Amino acid sequence: MSEDLFRYVLRLGDLSLVLGQRLGEWVGHCPALEEDLGLANIALDLIGQARLLLSYAGEVEGRGRGEDEMAFLREHGEYLNAILAEQPNGDFGQTIVRQVLIDAFQLELYQRMVTSTDERLAAIAAKSVKEIQYHLRYSSAWLVRLGDGTEESHARVQNSLQALWPYTVEFFAEDELDRAMAERGVAPRLAEVQAAWAARIDAILAEATLERPAHRPHSWHGKRGQHSEHLGYILAEMQHLQRAYPGARW
Amino acid sequence: MNSPAPVTVSVRASTDVDRRLALAWAALASVEDPEIPALSIVDLGLIRCVTPRSDGGFDVGLSPTYVGCPATEVIRRSVEEALKNAGVGEFAVTQVLSPAWSSDWISEEGRRKLASYGIVPPDRSVSSMREVLRGGRPVACPRCHSIDTQCVSEFGSTPCKALHRCRACLEPFEYFKCI
Repeated sequence: MSEDLFRYVLRLGDLSLVLGQRLGEWVGHCPALEEDLGLANIALDLIGQARLLLSYAGEVEGRGRGEDEMAFLREHGEYLNAILAEQPNGDFGQTIVRQVLIDAFQLELYQRMVTSTDERLAAIAAKSVKEIQYHLRYSSAWLVRLGDGTEESHARVQNSLQALWPYTVEFFAEDELDRAMAERGVAPRLAEVQAAWAARIDAILAEATLERPAHRPHSWHGKRGQHSEHLGYILAEMQHLQRAYPGARW
Repeated sequence: MNSPAPVTVSVRASTDVDRRLALAWAALASVEDPEIPALSIVDLGLIRCVTPRSDGGFDVGLSPTYVGCPATEVIRRSVEEALKNAGVGEFAVTQVLSPAWSSDWISEEGRRKLASYGIVPPDRSVSSMREVLRGGRPVACPRCHSIDTQCVSEFGSTPCKALHRCRACLEPFEYFKCI
């Protein structure tokens, strides 16, 4: 039972951590200072969520591992984030597409988790959802600007949408763990989250004059620890210091 | 003869607790937000409780504004230091997440201090999701009070602020976001 909860909390925490780390790569490279600030602040919120979730996962596990051990000393196959989070930043438009898809997912998920039977998750969800609203406001405003912008910007974000869309299937592919969590009232039903997510995404895409790609069946298993090659590079950079100098502190 | 004794003791104990409680609040009110030094953490509504324990110590509940805000760690250390220096006795600082901190909890005094520091205080009670996602009402310029302003960046120098610009007086200014 607590093994289930442990793995479920890691799924949530790893999604935030990996996406936060990805966004951090933009610092100093954004098209404008304001976007540098925007993406860095969103990354910071995501790392904050990850800290709360990974600390909690460590407590649930009960083997004395804290947030740092979880983030810096777990291997590739122990990370349980959905694969979309680890996809490369690409151009600014591609980062924005990835961000909209994940922001809307987190928003609909956490909004329904504030009534979780797990009090700690309910508290983390209630806190996070307030911040995620601002993330989606930022990312969706940019998607509308780029989609309904020039021919060039429209084509670029439409292509990114085409490329990234298949990864969203994994969010809603309910497995035994998702079912167990929903039955215990820890997490909402994924079908419910999916319906709300799709409605929200459709509205944003319509405003952005973008076409929703056709559904293609896929079987990604990041949530079970099977990742794309990209995660290895992210971990190599993120974990290098703790691996080279175990226990190093600021 | 025995009966009054416990009463006396408990009265003395409670005055001592009250005295230390007052010391604790005074110490907390002196802790500044490292990013907005004009404001104390009490003005910001970050102190959720100072509860006397049966063993004579205090439990202090502290909330983060944003979960990733780097100031959170600094604030926690400053709180511990201030309480230690004030000599309030034993205490433990814990993080309180629920209910989540809201910008509505910034005190009147805090709002006044924010404004005089040049930061527009948060709009009140618009923390409904629809309102946030749609984008807020126009924010008046803190210098010339024109509402002909524009949001330059949703995110500013700290997670809690957005960058705006006044089209009338052309000055940039910061807005404390409603959360």
